[in-house]
Amino acid sequence: MEAKDLINYLKNYDGRELKIMEVCGTHTAAIFKNGIRDLISPKIKLISGPGCPVCVTPTAYIDRCVKFARTPGCHLLTFGDMMKVPGTHGSLSENKAADESGARANISIMYSPFEVIERAKADPETLFGVAAVGFETTAPVYALVVQMAKQQGIGNIRLITALKTAIPALRWICENQNDIDGFLCPGHVSVITGSRIYDELAREYGRPFVVSGFEAEHILAAIYRIVRQIEAGEGKTENMYRNAVREEGNAKALEAIHAVYEEGPAMWRGLGIIEGSGLYLKEEYSSYDGGSHELYEDMELPAECCCGAVITGQINPDQCPMFRNGRCTPMDPFGPCMVSSEGSCGIWYRNAH
Amino acid sequence: MKITMAHGSGGKSSAQLMADIFGKHFKNQTLDKLEDAAIVQVTSGEYAIARIAVSTDSFVVTPLVFNGGDIGKLCVCGTVNDLLMMGAKPKYLTCGFILEEGLSIELLDKIVESMAHQAKEAGVIVVAGDTKVIEGNGGLFINTTGIGEIPKGRNISSANGVPGDVVICSGNLGDHHACILSHRMEISNDIRSDCAALNDVVDSLFAAGVDVHTMRDVTRGGLGTVLNEIADSSKCRIELEEDNIPINPEVKSFADILGLDPLYMGNEGKMIAFVPEEQAEKALEAMKATEHGKDSAIIGRVVDGEGTFIKTHLGATRRLDVLYGEGLPRIC
Repeated sequence: MEAKDLINYLKNYDGRELKIMEVCGTHTAAIFKNGIRDLISPKIKLISGPGCPVCVTPTAYIDRCVKFARTPGCHLLTFGDMMKVPGTHGSLSENKAADESGARANISIMYSPFEVIERAKADPETLFGVAAVGFETTAPVYALVVQMAKQQGIGNIRLITALKTAIPALRWICENQNDIDGFLCPGHVSVITGSRIYDELAREYGRPFVVSGFEAEHILAAIYRIVRQIEAGEGKTENMYRNAVREEGNAKALEAIHAVYEEGPAMWRGLGIIEGSGLYLKEEYSSYDGGSHELYEDMELPAECCCGAVITGQINPDQCPMFRNGRCTPMDPFGPCMVSSEGSCGIWYRNAH
Repeated sequence: MKITMAHGSGGKSSAQLMADIFGKHFKNQTLDKLEDAAIVQVTSGEYAIARIAVSTDSFVVTPLVFNGGDIGKLCVCGTVNDLLMMGAKPKYLTCGFILEEGLSIELLDKIVESMAHQAKEAGVIVVAGDTKVIEGNGGLFINTTGIGEIPKGRNISSANGVPGDVVICSGNLGDHHACILSHRMEISNDIRSDCAALNDVVDSLFAAGVDVHTMRDVTRGGLGTVLNEIADSSKCRIELEEDNIPINPEVKSFADILGLDPLYMGNEGKMIAFVPEEQAEKALEAMKATEHGKDSAIIGRVVDGEGTFIKTHLGATRRLDVLYGEGLPRIC
């Protein structure tokens, strides 16, 4: 089907109102960038899910990273989009700037986690920390870094992990929120995990799980398939991103994940602690752990903050009072979903403001 | 509040810093216009005898040498372009060097040679300079100030866009930003910085007799930020056609992978011009005939209203806001 036929079908959809959750933040960004909401019937509601790793990171994690980076002899490496996430004592970005006494946290933005290997070798006196945040997409890269460090006998590297897996969160949503009619499954995560992992959820909850790429046409085609499945009373996995996603996933990446990590409970901002949704370094790699466990504390949210409801798709960002009255903006973000380029609040703000 | 890297991004944070600190203390009619270059008058007695454009800019890019240029070429082009955007003929440059100890003298020689070469090409001479050395790790920072004469009859300003104008962009967006990021990430590709002085493009417009209303070079903050500033200053609405915006496919894929948008990525040799609709074809033809404007395209138009909007590939319309914070690569 061509894009214009997909648009034509979705624009004229006149069945019952549907709620479709796009799990991944990159999808949310692409939906806005391409104006897809304008191209489909208002009866098809697109809801942003919890699929931005930055957005679900609790304050305790930022605090631990700050503490590490402020320790003499320590140097923290992080991807850029973690820099502005608020912590109890400021964001990484604020801590990087010197305070009144001239003290500052030692933080650099990395462009690839492998940078830490070179840095650690070049400067053996410094303990390098890596803010390892992400889903199945980035977990294998950090696994390779740790394996490489171990092989090469490099001892001055620590990972502070906030690595999470998508399926337990999707199950949480299916269990706690039964009004989502179908899921637009994350393309990048599925490249690693394979499309098969959604089968069990689809069977159990009778909902369509459709894997999509990131071009406008891909997303429209996936929404179309979700709508058609619902109309036909079906609920199954469909892979609409076949040039990148295989049923069984990427064996090498999965092998690295299984070799290095074990599952454990993890805190999701807005959802709470979900059993088995976190990835932690196994015993044999524990000397590389810079303090990743039991990061359960989150900042006390003011009554008006609706981070949780936004992340679970119960409300749209512009329905949050703090969004509406300008107390939470990309310039002065309160919650991480306003910070990240993939966060639903930030995306809504930049596009709809 | 402290200064963070976002204050230097050219986006919303930079604008706020400008307004809250510098604008507040330095307040005057010339500065308050917030143009690429200030326009001042030289008077003799009570007669104005010349209009002069003045602009200053500091260059802190790393790496110092990149695919398509170096900090020396960049610091000439950046300042020259700011003068050109006011319709001025660039004449003189001054430069201040801050050298960190450990900087290779051979490298400095190369960079200054590159400056001299670019200055000659852009028709400016370096008439004053200063050098300071500080502790550090072999870094180099350059400040350049440029002076240009504005020929009689030219009146270019970011406040001069009017409904009915069309917006012409001089070529592919995002090349410089993508090139610098590639260097920093040690990714080898063919992306070259677009770093260039735009004398030929600007001259072509005036030579063709086009009544140019507004010109801006599309630097930090990217097209999205620059157009919003013009929409604000000109009190109009700008509507873009996504499909007409020139972007090199390699840069687009690179940006996609990193979660960046070429419309917010910095350029060092691209400009936009606002010209009356009936002169659009003439202007486009003139720009396309130049070396630095050969990929020019009409990307949008000016209408009544406010803000900047973009019509997407599939026919939807969305708002194109300014850049918030830094354009940073994302996690996943």
